[in-house]
Amino acid sequence: MKGIIGKKIGMTSVYGPEGKQIAVTIIEAEPNVVTQIKNQETDGYSALQLAVGDKKEKNSTKAAINHFAKASTSAKKIVKEFRDYSIEKNLGDTVTVDIFAEGESVDVVGTTKGKGFQGVVKRHGFAGVGEASHGQHDRSRAPGSVGGSSYPSRVFKGMRMAGRMGNDRVKMKGLKVVKIFADKNYILISGSVPGHIGSTVFIQK
Amino acid sequence: MNAAVNYVHEQLTQVKEFPKFKAGDNVTVNYKIVEGGKERIQSFRGDVLKIQGNGATATFTVRKISNSVGVERTFPFSSPNVDSIVLNKVGKVRRAKLYFLRERSGKSARIKEKRFSNL
Repeated sequence: MKGIIGKKIGMTSVYGPEGKQIAVTIIEAEPNVVTQIKNQETDGYSALQLAVGDKKEKNSTKAAINHFAKASTSAKKIVKEFRDYSIEKNLGDTVTVDIFAEGESVDVVGTTKGKGFQGVVKRHGFAGVGEASHGQHDRSRAPGSVGGSSYPSRVFKGMRMAGRMGNDRVKMKGLKVVKIFADKNYILISGSVPGHIGSTVFIQK
Repeated sequence: MNAAVNYVHEQLTQVKEFPKFKAGDNVTVNYKIVEGGKERIQSFRGDVLKIQGNGATATFTVRKISNSVGVERTFPFSSPNVDSIVLNKVGKVRRAKLYFLRERSGKSARIKEKRFSNL
């Protein structure tokens, strides 16, 4: 695996080789610092810990400051471990957008926008109950029956109902890298990516 | 607009010079189409219904009556397939979006031409 921590900047569209418009998401991935290397002998698994985003020293704990000092860097805001990193890196090295190539297919992990408390029609795609007329009212977005009566005399666990929607970790698989601007640390990915503008995303392959 | 979005468009979208036009004007859009691996230019002449969007993603919609059927096509300004635009007539309209033309036909669907007196 290889990966990088980035920030969603926004969406726009660019033109492909045949003049076709492609919707793209711009992700800014500032150089990530390798802050810990985990291996089979000491940790039981192999992984690379990357960190990005400077944090003020007064807002950091001593434990954090000393941990990042081992990689001779300041305390960071976002820390993420990538298992079985395919590129050989040393402690304190940086990972940039260059690890990906244009045309490569990647996965993007992010947290979706929070939608609040939502009903079953929006949350689970239910069709609602009944019609608007024929004596019915206030039932067009209702969930309908949630189960039998005397048997089983209870509602089964996991029954889809209204509740909090969004704010979930989602992985978008197989998105294409359209363009890389190495000097600006921008990476253009085809299609949409979970989360609001400014949210943290992980690009990995 | 976002600075990053602007930067991406500066790098990737080529800016073409087109005559300035607005809704109500009559234009001819020459656009490239690929037919059996060969590229040729086709033209579409009609009235500009609207101009929408901004920056590199701005588009305009042209409406024409073809065989008594209304046809609308939307072109992005920055599309590499738009070869050239010719401004035929400047229309006299009071609106920026001429959606009312869709319900009209015949004489009432015509747009008056704006005449400029030569001083």
